[in-house]
Amino acid sequence: MYRKILVPVDLTHVDRLTRALAAAADLSKHYGAPVHYVAVTAQTPTPVAHNPKEFAGKLAAFGRAQAEAHGIETTTKSYPSHDPAIDINRTLLDAIAEAGADLVVMASHVPNAADYLWPSHGGSVASHSDASVFLVR
Amino acid sequence: MSDQTDEAEEALPPPEGESDIIDTEYEIGQDNVTPQIGPFGLDIHNPVFVVSGLVVLGFVIITLAFQNVLGPLFADLRGFLTSSFDWFFLIAGNIFVLVCLAILVSPLGKVRIGGADATPDYGYPGWFAMLFAAGMGIGLMFFGVLEPVYYFATPWGDQPLMGDIGVVEGTLADPATVEAARRMAMAATIYHWGLHPWAIYAVVALSLALFAYNKGLPLTVRSIFYPIFGERIWGWPGHVIDILAVFATLFGLATSLGFGAQQAAAGIGYVFGIPGINDTVTAAVILIAGITVLALISVLRGLDGGVKRLSEINLVLAIVLMAFVFLVGPTVALSTQLFGNIGAYATEVFALSNPVGRDDDGFRQGWTAFYWAWWISWSPFVGMFIARVSRGRTVREFITCVLLIPTLASALWMTVFGGTAIDQVIERVSDSAVYGFVVETYVPELSLFGMLSELPFATVTSIVAIILVVVFFTTSSDSGSLVIDTITAGGKVNAPVSQRVFWVIFEGIVAATLLIGGGLIALQAAAVSTGLPFAIVLLLACYALIRGLIAEPR
Repeated sequence: MYRKILVPVDLTHVDRLTRALAAAADLSKHYGAPVHYVAVTAQTPTPVAHNPKEFAGKLAAFGRAQAEAHGIETTTKSYPSHDPAIDINRTLLDAIAEAGADLVVMASHVPNAADYLWPSHGGSVASHSDASVFLVR
Repeated sequence: MSDQTDEAEEALPPPEGESDIIDTEYEIGQDNVTPQIGPFGLDIHNPVFVVSGLVVLGFVIITLAFQNVLGPLFADLRGFLTSSFDWFFLIAGNIFVLVCLAILVSPLGKVRIGGADATPDYGYPGWFAMLFAAGMGIGLMFFGVLEPVYYFATPWGDQPLMGDIGVVEGTLADPATVEAARRMAMAATIYHWGLHPWAIYAVVALSLALFAYNKGLPLTVRSIFYPIFGERIWGWPGHVIDILAVFATLFGLATSLGFGAQQAAAGIGYVFGIPGINDTVTAAVILIAGITVLALISVLRGLDGGVKRLSEINLVLAIVLMAFVFLVGPTVALSTQLFGNIGAYATEVFALSNPVGRDDDGFRQGWTAFYWAWWISWSPFVGMFIARVSRGRTVREFITCVLLIPTLASALWMTVFGGTAIDQVIERVSDSAVYGFVVETYVPELSLFGMLSELPFATVTSIVAIILVVVFFTTSSDSGSLVIDTITAGGKVNAPVSQRVFWVIFEGIVAATLLIGGGLIALQAAAVSTGLPFAIVLLLACYALIRGLIAEPR
């Protein structure tokens, strides 16, 4: 039913992604669909990497580790951004279109009052993407 | 915009070509705490965020409570610093210019910000619009007419280098004296808006860009001092530098916001004939609220969709207004004066920047040292913002675009606005509106509108000018809030959005509070006073910068 699964990852908080990563891997095996991990990063040094190139390398390593751990086919792509806190929603939508993904699995927080002011990234992607979106809470 | 890394790579790829990464144990964000306040999750540096916030809050409360004592105290402090350390400010300013020019012509100019193979994040127009709007914008609106005319016409003993005066007791001096006074007024004005201020910004911006994009340290002011303090920079010496930077930035912005709102309100009152609009603070507070909302929209649209776009709109509006004044003003005279003014600046800059043995205290201490302290206190903010948007440029390109081109742009702006205003004073002397606002009665915020009122379509151009004042403020306010957000998040540029919202609103509230309760002048003096410690800090930064550049591959 699904041909390509896209999973946005935040390499700073991989510990919070456990459930979403597991769900994505299960769906990948079930439908025989490869998983495409994407991440939006700043051009400035971050806790994860000194620069975008180094970040891309770490994301690729993350993808390979997931492939080995779950026995699935994975690809990765990183998107450097001038202002990731704001650009992330737009960039993820572009990434979904570019990758031709038809299912998005992403971790999201339990909604609270702040979501009335600005929706969560997951909420925003689900509102505007053509793909099916599975928000893991 | 993206890196395809499908193929397996075991080793980390080299960072955007070669660069000299600093090997530190410090991990960006390791001192951050992530409290949850109500529905808002935060990601803030401990203790920089909390201490900066409390220090600002404390200063506002204490200033309001003890206004009569602290107002004169801060004013005295500023006066003391600019009159006792004028020589130091002037020497420091000269050193910054020389360091920049030396780097420009040396082989260090070949170093590329972000690694040898990095490509520029922004094209020239967007980049220039952002650095100009953040760095200088609003001052040009306030001083573009005021400063040249003031120097041209005030026989108050503070004229540049005791030069001749164009207007003596309401009548024009002889033509040769008038021309000499005009030339000197323009040279002195361009001196204050030319190489020296931009060199201050360039040193800070280049250092920050180098230590963040090439050395991999967090994008925060303390990173510059890694070569000097080493790992201790992640402790209290670094905290103090960052907190001081937040303090100077926030009070610099908030007090300017207060004064800017008064200028815009005065302009509205003048154009639409509402006398006494500044007798109460209502109009100014409404304007502050409006500017804060605009800045909020801008930061919520992000660096590309908000801040950059607004800066571009700002630059286009400014060019339109300048082109208009140039065309309806004394066009032919201004065209020849531009080269004459730049020539005058080039010859007089040596005498003007000489730190010792001068007898023009009023000019050197009251204007030059004050300006230098002011630019230096703004430099953490402007420098950090310029650094953030300058990745991918070579150092030579960077200095050309941050030092030389803005200096020419300032010279052009001052020639058009100041030249037109001086021309009005020469033509009509005490009948001209500018003379009335600058010399007869000192109403500095109306000097620009006075000049525009004697040109065609005065109402239209004045409205454009008011809009420009508001937009210039918004472009300083939004970029300033992003900078404070980044510093107080320990160098993270992707901190939760609620934090930048907090800083924009906080800044608006501080400005409005000071306007209502009084204390704008006091706290502006306090912000400018940070210029002295920062001047020392920046001299150290020059050393760190050169050492950092030498270590880079080129």
